[in-house]
Parts: sequence; structure tokens; C-alpha cells
Amino acid sequence: MIALLIRDLRLTFRAGGGFGLGLAFFLIVTVLVPFGVGPESALLARIAPGILWVGALLACLLSLDRIFQLDFEDGSLDLLATAPVPMEGAVAMKALAHWLTTGLPLTLAAPFFGGLMSLPTAGFLWVFVTLLIGTPALSMIGTFGAALTVGLKRGGLLLSLLVLPLYIPTLLFGAETARRAIMGMEYAQTFAILAGVSAGSIAILPFAAAAAIRINLR
Amino acid sequence: MELLVEGLTVARGGVPVLENLGFRLSSGQVLVLRGPNGSGKTTLLRTLAGLQPPLAGEISLPPEAIAYGAHADGLKGQLSVAENLAFWASVYGTRDIERALVDMNLVALRDRPAANLSAGQKRRLGLARLLVTGRPIWLLDEPTVSLDAASVALFADAVRAHVAAGGAALIATHIDLGLDAAIFDVTPFKADPDATAGDGAFDEAFL
Repeated sequence: MIALLIRDLRLTFRAGGGFGLGLAFFLIVTVLVPFGVGPESALLARIAPGILWVGALLACLLSLDRIFQLDFEDGSLDLLATAPVPMEGAVAMKALAHWLTTGLPLTLAAPFFGGLMSLPTAGFLWVFVTLLIGTPALSMIGTFGAALTVGLKRGGLLLSLLVLPLYIPTLLFGAETARRAIMGMEYAQTFAILAGVSAGSIAILPFAAAAAIRINLR
Repeated sequence: MELLVEGLTVARGGVPVLENLGFRLSSGQVLVLRGPNGSGKTTLLRTLAGLQPPLAGEISLPPEAIAYGAHADGLKGQLSVAENLAFWASVYGTRDIERALVDMNLVALRDRPAANLSAGQKRRLGLARLLVTGRPIWLLDEPTVSLDAASVALFADAVRAHVAAGGAALIATHIDLGLDAAIFDVTPFKADPDATAGDGAFDEAFL
């Protein structure tokens, strides 16, 4: 399974692998939003955590359909399914690889991009922390969506429509926790729910995604 | 070590293609599947590989015995020949890829990205994957597509060596590989496509 993780990471970093796509998209969003809403730094500072969260979420969405589609097209998914690797484990590794190449870079970049949005100083830490806790859920839910749509040609649209409602709890509690923490309000509850969404997704969705792939391969 | 199939009915897209089929494959044997296009050879192999459930019948085989070679080779174009092979070797828990590279005449190509290989070279790499699985039963779906005569001979030698070492192979092919093999023609087992493929299974509605 480690071999699968290493292969996926290697494929992403090599030419044509799509690493940096999400990051570039995230940068574009954070650069464009201040142009769109105007130069009022008080307004920007208020919406910054939310915009950073929405930007990270959409950037995550961009690379989801690559998770299984390429392996499906070149036949490796069939061969993986007959290999001595549990499909649940393979799915979890795919989600981890997606997080390492998308969620983690976005998380690390968010405080820097926050500077473009006049993010308050306390926000640098809290946007980073909430994204760090929340993006694993985004990758795992997205992997599940990719597994559901794996056999479909141009399944990207369906994938986005399936995944977006599932992303809402993560977005809601992630952005809300960051906002409350920045304003100095009580944030323990929303933070706990965010962590719960992440932990729950990681615990349950590999099994659901593996079942979806087995059905799609028939 | 033996693959035993009894009363097997397989379906593609919810439509039965082969029914009531049975054979036995023991170690040291090669069985060649014959049948016209669309007769269900691929479906049979996918069912035996565990990628889809049979509609009826029994498949008995030892656990962790199957290596499946499909139409597609499952190669990653950005990875080199050696990296592709090393990946599958570590998935199957084996380490040695050198012998497979030698046997399939890929040594000179080992650092070439798989995307730059010719169709026949890709196929040879796909077949080299079987050698690194260390599995006793090979299920091969048209393994010689796009191979030249010399490579077909190379492949036949690999199958002979595998069988001599106690392995077995079930090969769907249209050409004569020059192997000492029994022929299994699937044509007599053709299913009536109008027969319903079992009712009540929830996923049938979506197929």
C-alpha cells in the first residue's frame, strides 16, 4: 500500500501530473476577490476566513476526478482490484495521496495568501489550523465521490454535484471556527464538530468508496 | 493447486453470455480458451479473477493464486519501465524485477518512460508484470496482441517456464502459441441472451 502511495505521489509530481493546479487556482481566487469587493480592508478582513475556505474547497474539487479516472482508463484499477491489496486500503492511500498533493499545500499556503486578503494576525494561525483539520475530510469525501463516478465518461460534473453538498458541513464548521477564533469568541464546539466530520469521513468513507469501486468495475 | 469451475454462468451488462460451463485446470497445465469475438471469453476471465460475481455456479481455487492479465496493461506513461515493474512487484510483495526484465527482453529499455514505448514493447512490459506477481495461476486475455513473432516466442517460453515450475495458465487467444496446451472452446456454452439474468438483485436495474 505504501508502494501505491509512493507511485501516486510520483505521478503527481512528474510532468502532466497536475500538482500545483489547485494551488494556482487558490492563488487566483485570493488575488481576484480583493479586486472584486474593493479595497476596504475592514470588509476584506471580515470575509477573509470564509473566502480562504471556499477557495481551498474549490481548489480541492479541481483535482478530484483524476483520483481514479486515470487508473480506470489505463486498466490499473482492474489490476489493483485483483492484487493482494484490500480495496479499502488502496482507497485510503489514494485519498492520502490526494491530501498530500492538494490539501496540505493549500493549508500551508493559506496563511500567506491570507495576507492578500488583509487577514487579521490571529487569523493566520486559525485559518491554518482549521484547514489542517478540515482538508482531510475534503480529500476523503472527494475520493468517495470519485469512486462513485469512476466508470463514467466526463463524470466531473456529476462528481461536483455529488460532492458539493457533502462538503457543506466541513466548510460551515471550518470557516465558522476560524471566524469565531479570530473574533475572540467561543470556538470549542464548532472546532470539535469540524474534527468530528474529518474523523468520521476517514473512518467510514474508505469502506463506502471501496464498495462503489467494486460495483463500478463489474 | 487447482482451479475447478463447475456449472458457471457469467453475465456481461446483466445479460448472460456463457452458461453451465465447467473445466479443471491443474498445476503444470495450459488451457487455451477459444471462441468467436463476443462469445464471453473476457467476461469469463474477469469472473474468474474476481472482478465480477458469477450468476450461478462454483469457482474453487486456492486463495491468492490468480494473476490477471487484461487487455489493458495498466502502465503509467510517466514512470519508467523499471519503476512500473517495481511498483507491481512491491504490490505483490516480491522484490526481484531483473529476471522479468531479462525474460521479456526489456533490459535495454529499463529507464525509458513507458509513454515512449511501442505498442509491442508496452505489451511485453504488461506481460513482465505477470512474472513479478509470483502467482501460480495466470489468467491471460489475448496476451499476444501487437506482439511480433519473436516476442510471441519469448512469451511462449515464459509460459512454458511458468508451467514447468508448477504454475498453470488459462489463455484466451486466437493464435497458435506453439504450447502443449488443451483447447477449451466456449461456443457450446453460449447462453440464451433473452433469458433473464436472475431477478431481484438490486444492481441489475442499473446495468
